[in-house]
Amino acid sequence: MISRGPRLITWQLGVLAEIVQETPRVSSLYFDAPDWPGHLAGQHIDVRLTADDGYQAERSYSIASAPEDRRLALTVERLDDGEVSPYLVGELRVGDKLELRGPIGGYFVWRGEEERPLLLIGGGSGVVPLMSMLRHRSHVARKAPARLLFSSRTLADVIYHEELERLSSADGGLRVFHTLTREKPAGWTGYTRRIDEAMVKEVVWPTQDMVDVFVCGPTSFVEAAASLLVAMGYDPRAVKTERFGATGG
Amino acid sequence: MQEMKLDGNAIGGLLREIFTVEMTAARGTCASCGAVNELGRVQVYLHAPGTVVRCPDCEQVLMKIVRSGGRYWVDLTGTRCLEFGEG
Repeated sequence: MISRGPRLITWQLGVLAEIVQETPRVSSLYFDAPDWPGHLAGQHIDVRLTADDGYQAERSYSIASAPEDRRLALTVERLDDGEVSPYLVGELRVGDKLELRGPIGGYFVWRGEEERPLLLIGGGSGVVPLMSMLRHRSHVARKAPARLLFSSRTLADVIYHEELERLSSADGGLRVFHTLTREKPAGWTGYTRRIDEAMVKEVVWPTQDMVDVFVCGPTSFVEAAASLLVAMGYDPRAVKTERFGATGG
Repeated sequence: MQEMKLDGNAIGGLLREIFTVEMTAARGTCASCGAVNELGRVQVYLHAPGTVVRCPDCEQVLMKIVRSGGRYWVDLTGTRCLEFGEG
């Protein structure tokens, strides 16, 4: 059962409290939202912008913060031809207000109540809802073993790099595997290719284990990763996927 | 190149407006092939004049939703049944 909350989903105001630049194109926005009802790891929020002439644009973003965190965080990639993201990453300033509604979603959600292994596969900013799950996991007492396979273009594009290092070095139950698709930096010990069968076989648990699986990224990435898992014997219905594409603008 | 195919997670807010409860975990039965899928798994195309939702198993249209001028048009011809919690 998802949180009950009011029957009608209403817009509310969040005040931007802090901006953290994660990569050259990606920033995290931390909001104070006094009327926020709370959320589950993996859920979304809708953001609405209204122009002076009344034109409105809405976009859906994954929540980056854990349910336990004091502030609501979004991590947004700036798409230069987008309608909304160039405003959020570049124009919006601390103290500005933004219309938000949520939380939204009950499918791509991890509650952290069970100790089944948690397998996360993310491409680019598809890591955002997975980070909410890992942050949530860091708060729960009985931690499920977790693995993250994270594909980025270059080392500079790796979102949350330091925090992921910190989380995994402090917690033997969490392993983070990086792959870079457009760069082979000197001294890099991770993978340097697109996700493939050999990589997935090295990273994931055998299918006989009960594993919670979440895959998020661009549509082509998600379909490639999900197909690899299914080819290994994972039940397609147990592989929870979230695709993003044009709505990211 | 932008990828136009999304999934049901992208219309969680729109479905919540219409049905008033969380719908991405709702189960829909395809009228064409009978497959049952959670709405988070279905295919969604937002670039049409409205939103077009297709079955991930047979790719037939499950729903068409248009929101315009303060009104909704919801065509559920391709959905035999929707099952969801009271919320």
